[in-house]
Amino acid sequence: MENTFNKNEFSKVPPSEGFREAYTLHLADNSLILGQRNAEWCGHGPVLEQDIAITNISLDLIGQARNFYQYAATLIGNNATEDSLAYLRKEKEFKNCLLVEQPKGDWAQTILRQFFFSQYQYLLFQQLQNSKDEQLAAIAEKSLKEITYHLRWSSEWVIRLGDGTEESHKRMLKAIEELWKFTDELFSATSYELQTASDGSGVDISKLKEPWMNKVKEIFSEATLAFPGKTFMQAGGKEGKHSEHLGNIFTELQYMQKTYPGCEW
Amino acid sequence: MNGKNVMTVRTIDKETIYSYLREINDPEVPVLSIIDLGIVRDVKMNDEELEVIITPTYTGCPAMDMITATIKIQLATLGFKKIKVTQALSPVWTTEWMSEEGKRKLREYGIAPPNPRQQVCDQKLFAAAEAVQCPQCNSYHTHRISEFGSTACKALYQCDDCKEPFDYFKCH
Repeated sequence: MENTFNKNEFSKVPPSEGFREAYTLHLADNSLILGQRNAEWCGHGPVLEQDIAITNISLDLIGQARNFYQYAATLIGNNATEDSLAYLRKEKEFKNCLLVEQPKGDWAQTILRQFFFSQYQYLLFQQLQNSKDEQLAAIAEKSLKEITYHLRWSSEWVIRLGDGTEESHKRMLKAIEELWKFTDELFSATSYELQTASDGSGVDISKLKEPWMNKVKEIFSEATLAFPGKTFMQAGGKEGKHSEHLGNIFTELQYMQKTYPGCEW
Repeated sequence: MNGKNVMTVRTIDKETIYSYLREINDPEVPVLSIIDLGIVRDVKMNDEELEVIITPTYTGCPAMDMITATIKIQLATLGFKKIKVTQALSPVWTTEWMSEEGKRKLREYGIAPPNPRQQVCDQKLFAAAEAVQCPQCNSYHTHRISEFGSTACKALYQCDDCKEPFDYFKCH
């Protein structure tokens, strides 16, 4: 990323956030944090081709994040840049959902999370491309092509692992147990999501739940995985209440800029 | 190139700008110019300012930053006070914008060019891999090794006849 900020600007960002700014940051944070999580597989994938696949997906997500951060920076003004927004905001200022910050776990957990999130993004961005906010619409339209790849790839893997060996099936069940509790947050709107939905720049996410569930049911059924029953649902990430895992991500993601402010390659 | 350098900003037309842009190659697929790739949308200029509008190929493609920098450097000699490179996301770039000349160059370079019709950009699972012609021996008897390749825009294939593995510039 381009380094255009300097030391004196550190304390100024972000001054005050309107709901459009908050919403754009929320979209950016979701993509950045999952991109960073997936990048942890670089050099560690189960086979070379899949290592390349998951890091390609990571690159796409970070690309989405950059587009959203660049736009958020223009909305926020006050010397904010894509870099200052990604590298210098504090945990409580991040608005990503809890699902994306969970540890990568084993391959089953990474695959299941990608499938949940890609299906969510697929539905969300299909609506967002009709946003009254032209830039959000353009980013959504652009990203959809790649998300279609992510969704197909992760769906196939859920089926392959669920309907695979005894071991892979067992691991998928464990992954569902780990991650299911974070799925409800995707569809419970925060104040900035409600406000952007009502002014036509955002999306009514409550309407995405049913098609999302239907797709998950379809894929789980093909994967011979039982659809999970009711469980206590976790939420809060979108409003800045995060698990300890986000802090752990920042120790790598934000370390350089916080330790050596304004450093460049 | 020398002839071009003596022009003043006032006499420069769009075609001249394009002739400069034709000399800028994609850093990751160096046989393709950015014109071949179809990412230059428009060129706008007045006496002081020149704006080149480009469409990114893939959202996260790291080549875009380098292409932006190269455009500015290449055009710097023309004498404009300000050169701006703007990214337009919509309409979304598609491999259909790649020139025929570009596709020929790709094939000669050993990368299979995108098929004319998009075949795989839907959600169907475990679909048969797209039939892609081997750029080495022209056989269609090939198979896909991986949907994701060495860069965001490519998939990995292998020819079943000449056995050569090759990159396929996938439909997008």
